[in-house]
Amino acid sequence: MFETLTHLQLQQYWWVIVSVLGAALVSLLFVQGGQTLFNVIAKNEDEKTLIINSIGRKWEFTFTTLVTFGGAMFAAFPLFYATSFGGAYYAWMAILFCFVIQAVAFEYRRKKGNFLGKRTFEVFLFVNGSLGVFLLGLAVASFFTGSEFTVNEYNQSVWQNKLLGLELLFNINNIALGLSLFFLARVLGAQYLINNINDVLIRQRSRKQVYINSILFLIPFLFFLISILLTQGFAYGNDGVVYLEKYKYLHNFIQMPLVLGICIVGVLLVLYGMGISVFKNSIKGIWFSGIGAFLTVFALLLVAGLNNTAFYPSMSDLQSSLTISNSSSSHYTLTAMSYVSLFVPFVIAYIFFAWRAVDKNKISHEEIKKDEHIY
Amino acid sequence: MIEKIDLSLVDWSRAQFALTAFYHWFFIPITIGLTYMVAIMNTIYVKTGSEEWKRITKFWMTLFGINFAIGVATGIIMEFEFGTNWSYYSWFVGDIFGAPLAIEGIMAFFLESTFIAVMFFGWGRVSKQFHLLSSWLVAFGASLSALWILVANGWMQDPVGMTFNLDTARNEMTDFWAVLFSPIAINKFLHTIASGFVIASLFVVAVCAWYLLKKRDLVFAKKSMIVGAIFGLISSLFLAFTGDGSAYWVAQKQPVKLAAMEGLYNGKTDAGLVAIGVLNPKKKIGNNENEFLFKVEIPKMLSLLAYRSSKAFVPGINDFVNGNEEYNVEPTLSRIDKGKKALNALITYKKAVKESNTSLAEESEKVFRENYRYMGYGYFKNPKDVIPNVPFIFYSFHVMVMLGFYFIGLFLLILFLLFKDKIQKYKWLLRIGIFSFPLGYLASQTGWIVAEVGRQPWVIQDLMPTMVATSRLQTTSVMITFWLFVALFTSLLIAEIKIMLTQIKLGPESKKGGSNV
Repeated sequence: MFETLTHLQLQQYWWVIVSVLGAALVSLLFVQGGQTLFNVIAKNEDEKTLIINSIGRKWEFTFTTLVTFGGAMFAAFPLFYATSFGGAYYAWMAILFCFVIQAVAFEYRRKKGNFLGKRTFEVFLFVNGSLGVFLLGLAVASFFTGSEFTVNEYNQSVWQNKLLGLELLFNINNIALGLSLFFLARVLGAQYLINNINDVLIRQRSRKQVYINSILFLIPFLFFLISILLTQGFAYGNDGVVYLEKYKYLHNFIQMPLVLGICIVGVLLVLYGMGISVFKNSIKGIWFSGIGAFLTVFALLLVAGLNNTAFYPSMSDLQSSLTISNSSSSHYTLTAMSYVSLFVPFVIAYIFFAWRAVDKNKISHEEIKKDEHIY
Repeated sequence: MIEKIDLSLVDWSRAQFALTAFYHWFFIPITIGLTYMVAIMNTIYVKTGSEEWKRITKFWMTLFGINFAIGVATGIIMEFEFGTNWSYYSWFVGDIFGAPLAIEGIMAFFLESTFIAVMFFGWGRVSKQFHLLSSWLVAFGASLSALWILVANGWMQDPVGMTFNLDTARNEMTDFWAVLFSPIAINKFLHTIASGFVIASLFVVAVCAWYLLKKRDLVFAKKSMIVGAIFGLISSLFLAFTGDGSAYWVAQKQPVKLAAMEGLYNGKTDAGLVAIGVLNPKKKIGNNENEFLFKVEIPKMLSLLAYRSSKAFVPGINDFVNGNEEYNVEPTLSRIDKGKKALNALITYKKAVKESNTSLAEESEKVFRENYRYMGYGYFKNPKDVIPNVPFIFYSFHVMVMLGFYFIGLFLLILFLLFKDKIQKYKWLLRIGIFSFPLGYLASQTGWIVAEVGRQPWVIQDLMPTMVATSRLQTTSVMITFWLFVALFTSLLIAEIKIMLTQIKLGPESKKGGSNV
């Protein structure tokens, strides 16, 4: 069935899949948010244990989504993979280091014989949840703000900035998205804890965190959103020639009303989730804000890559900018991969089923005492 | 397209990849193998309802968890490193190589990570049957992820199912099934997971041997040891079988690697297999020194194993360098010449397309297609440069093979004494059981050396030399991350070993996973 699609349709389909993965990654960052909150919310060791175990049962999904996002980018848009990872070297390496230290932290933190000490692994969790998330935001922001690289006629790319990705720090919009992501993760983390832990005090303190971090999130996020909508974007014509277009991303929203709708619904859901977490004593905020975050990020990524927009713009040489058309895999490979993508709904279904089975009872002080595998 | 490449950058990039792969492979064999043994133990528990088997399952599951976490940690680097450090490679073959990596994520990693959560946290929360199913799904997921990454690796050794697109200047997939079912890939997968099974079995045997020597947890140790030794014996036999298959396919597809594995300089018919040998350090390509100072050979065996006929001609290194008309081996200089023709034709083609010169484009495409098979040779000048490091490959190969046979004997002997219920009396054997665990790593790391260093200078056999594949970074950038990896991975490894040893000392009686609180 995928064979009959044109190359462009397959490229669009894969941009949608990659956007789904990116959006899923962001909503799953509640794990990272929780990692920056346990020292604030917990007032004693027992509470800390509860929080770390609550998020610790989910960390692998965020991690796996990140890995799959990387794999899908490699398979579908290999020139992006080659250009960005090989170019923004320090930025990506820093992100990877942040995730390496997370993978061991939950398991090793309280194990006897752990020679680095419990504190070290808690710092690892914090670094992953703060720096790791901030840098991810920074990297994704460059989809809108551009990077310095050139691609030659053999499609070999060379990064033109000696800072190898650290220069992303010098752009206010990048910083704004990095901060938005960091505070959003904290909002989601606190909302998740409210939902997952049956403890009055933890819930109370988590609500306060939702309140504070929601405000801290909204400021940089609105700044980023507005400045992206008002700035010029990287468009290309049917001949593949890239040019700057004033209000390109705003135009994309207007020309793709469905995406605009998704974005508006997403933002409203995020806000609604924040509202009921803070003012209504509801434990369901995570569902609304989580789904809302998914939809918003999904829409933003669609706007970055669809409607003749270069999703990885080059500031050094406009024509080196990467588009879904000039950076993608062949028709054959995208077709083969599209069949594999049919597994995605199945994967989501079993994740949902398995989570429900394990999360049937909320975590509480009593429950954790009975548990034999605790972090 | 041919530009000056900084070789120290290439070396550091290789060093970093080797380092991270080495660390990753330190943990993965146990993940791949122990997960099956945990699933088997869990099955026995569910079938018998015996609390003893539940305890056994939980203990090994705890050790599995400690190891799994660091396997994941070292794994994420591997995936992204293709992009960060091998950017040109990523474009040149991304159309083929990226797919298995993505499929690995979608099909295998989610399976593993979802059901591992059920396996660890599902005790008492989900039904016994669902819990059991989860432990089998984790095992299956781990092997599935090994399949996809090894298919990708197999393809680098023997690129199939693709064509070169001159417009995009890369290889593009034309046959997914040829990539997936390439005999090199399938053999590599089977041989590699079998090696993981053996290492995990050696781990189980070593831990149990320690308990038996300490005269503690005897019932637990013997029962676990039976699972480990049976699983180990079957796996090590399978390992030998797939090893034979791997060598056969190396002979067909990478004959230079085979020559290096055997230290064979001058090709011959009725070639014998060197069982044990000491290479002559003075031997260089082109001189008349003897190849060996000493060797014990099994007559005709190499011809038989490599080409399934005791009379077959096995080409040696000199045959590749100088060519051998009688047996139709093309001299390397002629390959280099063809490689240069392919590279130049690509450049001409690009120019012709830019100038809309259709006839020139067609002509150069024709020349390119005729010579494409040897495109990678065009980057070399000296035929000797396409020969891998012979002593390194030779000794690595022989250490691996000898250890492989040793493991079969070890598992047999242990199993025999376990069934006779006499194992405790043989303290020397128990001690050997403990010290054989690191030998498992020695065998599998040397195996990887044969596979990966043995194919040098190629990153994609005959098509792309390793030196062309790197990202154009400054060498210092790679050095910085290299040393950061050394520091981080080494500290984590020490933490892992210490936690593991503490957990083993605590033993199966300890509850709460050995946590401090």
